[in-house]
Amino acid sequence: MPISRQEVEKVSLLGRLLLGEAELDTMTHQLGDILAYMELLGEVDTAGVEPMAHAIDVSNAFREDAVQPSLEREQALANAPHRDGECYLVPAVLGEG
Amino acid sequence: MPLIDQTAVELLAMLQAGDVTSVELTQAYLDRIEQIDHQVKAFLRVDPNAALERAEEIDRRRKAGKPLGRLAGLPVAIKDLLCTAGEPTTCASKMLENFRPPYDATVVAKLKAADAVLIGKTNMDEFAMGGSNENSAFFPTRNPWDLSRIPGGSSGGAAACVAARMAPLSLGTDTGGSIRCPAGLCGVTGLKPTYGRVSRYGLVAFASSLDQVGPMAQTAEDAALLLEVLAGHDPKDSTSVDLPVPKYSETIRKPLENLRIGLVREHFGEGLDGEVEAAVREAVKVYESLGAKVVELSLPHGKYAVATYYVIAPCEASSNLARYDGVHYGHRTDEKKMAAELEAQRRHWQDASGTRQKHWQAASGTHEELKNQDNALIRMYRRSRAEGFGAEVKRRIMLGTYALSAGYYDAYYKKALQVRRLIRGDFDRAFAEVDLLVGPVTPTPAYKIGEKVDDPLSMYLFDLYTVSTNLAGIGGMSIPCGFSQAGLPIGLHLQAPPFEEERLLRGAFMFQQATDWHARKPGGFYE
Repeated sequence: MPISRQEVEKVSLLGRLLLGEAELDTMTHQLGDILAYMELLGEVDTAGVEPMAHAIDVSNAFREDAVQPSLEREQALANAPHRDGECYLVPAVLGEG
Repeated sequence: MPLIDQTAVELLAMLQAGDVTSVELTQAYLDRIEQIDHQVKAFLRVDPNAALERAEEIDRRRKAGKPLGRLAGLPVAIKDLLCTAGEPTTCASKMLENFRPPYDATVVAKLKAADAVLIGKTNMDEFAMGGSNENSAFFPTRNPWDLSRIPGGSSGGAAACVAARMAPLSLGTDTGGSIRCPAGLCGVTGLKPTYGRVSRYGLVAFASSLDQVGPMAQTAEDAALLLEVLAGHDPKDSTSVDLPVPKYSETIRKPLENLRIGLVREHFGEGLDGEVEAAVREAVKVYESLGAKVVELSLPHGKYAVATYYVIAPCEASSNLARYDGVHYGHRTDEKKMAAELEAQRRHWQDASGTRQKHWQAASGTHEELKNQDNALIRMYRRSRAEGFGAEVKRRIMLGTYALSAGYYDAYYKKALQVRRLIRGDFDRAFAEVDLLVGPVTPTPAYKIGEKVDDPLSMYLFDLYTVSTNLAGIGGMSIPCGFSQAGLPIGLHLQAPPFEEERLLRGAFMFQQATDWHARKPGGFYE
C-alpha cells in the first residue's frame, strides 16, 4: 500500500474534508490502488524534459489598467449561506480555547 | 418525418422559411421531454414557460422582420456546469444545489445573442468528474438505447437528450473525454475543440488546463454550426486564443483531399472489445473507399496517459474546488452541530491521552499544530465540504491534495507534467505523417449502471483513448460508426492537430455522407 490510513487522515485535513471511519478505510484502499497504478510513470525517462503546465503558450495576457464595473456587493453576497448587510459571516476563531 | 427527428440545419431552414414557428418547435421538444425524460433522466431542470416565452419573442421579432441571430428559434440544452445568470447551476452537486450565478458563461451569452432558445440544464457527473453519470448527486441519466446502461459521462445528459431527440443541439464540456465518450456511447456527434478555441469563462472549473466546452449534435454539420457560434477569443478568459473563427458550417462540405489517416497501433491492443474493433476497422475501410491512405503508427507514451491525467486533473481539481468553503456560496453545515462535534472531539483527545496524539504525529507535524489547525472555521469548511461533495469528488480532492503535498510534488505532479510534454511530442510527430488520427473512442460499448461503481481505477481506465487529447490540448471528435449485436452505439474517435477543427468536421462530414449510422435513433421504449 503506497499510502497509510494516517496519511489519508492528514490529507483529509489539508484538503479540508472530514471523512468518517468507514470512508477513511475505503479511501485508503482506493487511493492505494490508484497510486500503485501511477507508479507506471516512474519508468518514463523525463531527464531534462520541461514540465508542460499548459497546452498553449500564451503568456502575459495584459489589458489596459482601466476601471471597469464589477459585481455589486448585493449580488456578490446573494448566494452566501450566512451573511449580514455587508459581509460574509463565519464562526468565531479568535479567543477560542 | 416528425419535427424532432430533423437536424438543426433542417430545422433552422424550416424556421426561416416560416414552415414552423419557434413556439411550435419548442413545444414539440417540451412534449418529447414530458413524454420520455422520466425514463432517460437527461435533464436536471426544464422551465417550459421561460422557453416558450423566449420562443414567442423570437417569433415576434421574425414576424416584424427584425434581424435575428444564427440559431434563431432553435432549442439548445446546456450542461449544468455552465453558468446561467439568475438560474440554478448545480454541477449535479449538493454543494451547489441552490446556487444561482450572477452572470452568464460566455458560451451561454453567445447562445442568447444568437437567439437560441435555452430549453433546459442537463445532468452530468458531479463537477464533471466521472464517465458514467452515476456520480450525479441527484440521479443517474440512462442510455436511451438501453435504459439499464450508462450514457457515458460526464456530459451524459447532454448526449442522451440529443440521442433521444429531446433537443436538437446541446453544450457539453470535455476535460478527459466528457463530450466524446458519451457521444460515442449514445450514438451522437460530439466535438472537443482545441484548448483555447472556446472561452471557459463561466464554465465551473474542474481542471483548468484541460477543460473545454464543445457542441453535441446529431450530425457533424450541426456541430459545425454550433461551434461557429461558440468559438472565438474572449477577453474574460486569458487562455482563449485570438485566432479568427473559420466558417465551419460552410467549409464542412468540402471533402478532404489526399487524406492520410493514422491508426495508433496501441489502440487496437488488449482491452479493446471485438465488436468495437470491427466497427472501427469497417469505418477505416469507408475512409479508404473515399480515397484516404492509411498509415499505422505509434504513440509511444500513450500507455502513460491515464496515469498522467489522473495526477494532473485531480491536482488542478483539488485547487479549483478549494473555493467551496461554505462561506461565499454553496452548502454550509449546521454550525451548532459542528461546534458540538468539535468540542466533544477535543475532550476525547484530552482524555484518551496517547493513541490519537501518536497517530497524528506519525502522519507528520505535531499533534498540537494539527489540532490547532482544526479550529471552528476549518471544521466548518471540512463539514460543509464533507456533506456537499459526493464520493468521486472527494476521491479526486484527496488524490490531488496528496500529490501536491510536501514531499510528493516532484514525484507526482512535476513528473506528470513532464510526461505530458512527451505525450504532446508523440502527437506532433504523428501529425507530421498523417492528417487525422482515427480509432475507438471507448474500449467497449455502454456498460451496465452499477457495474464499475466500486472500482474507480477501472472507471478511469475507460478513458484511455480520450485523455491524451486533453493533455496534448488538441481537438477530438466522436461520430457514430456502428452498433454492437446488442444494439448499442459505437463511436469513432477522430483527432487533429491544434486549431484544425475544420479538418475534424470535414472528415466527419465525409464519413456521414457515406454512412447513415448518425441518422439511427433509439426506438421502442417510449413508443
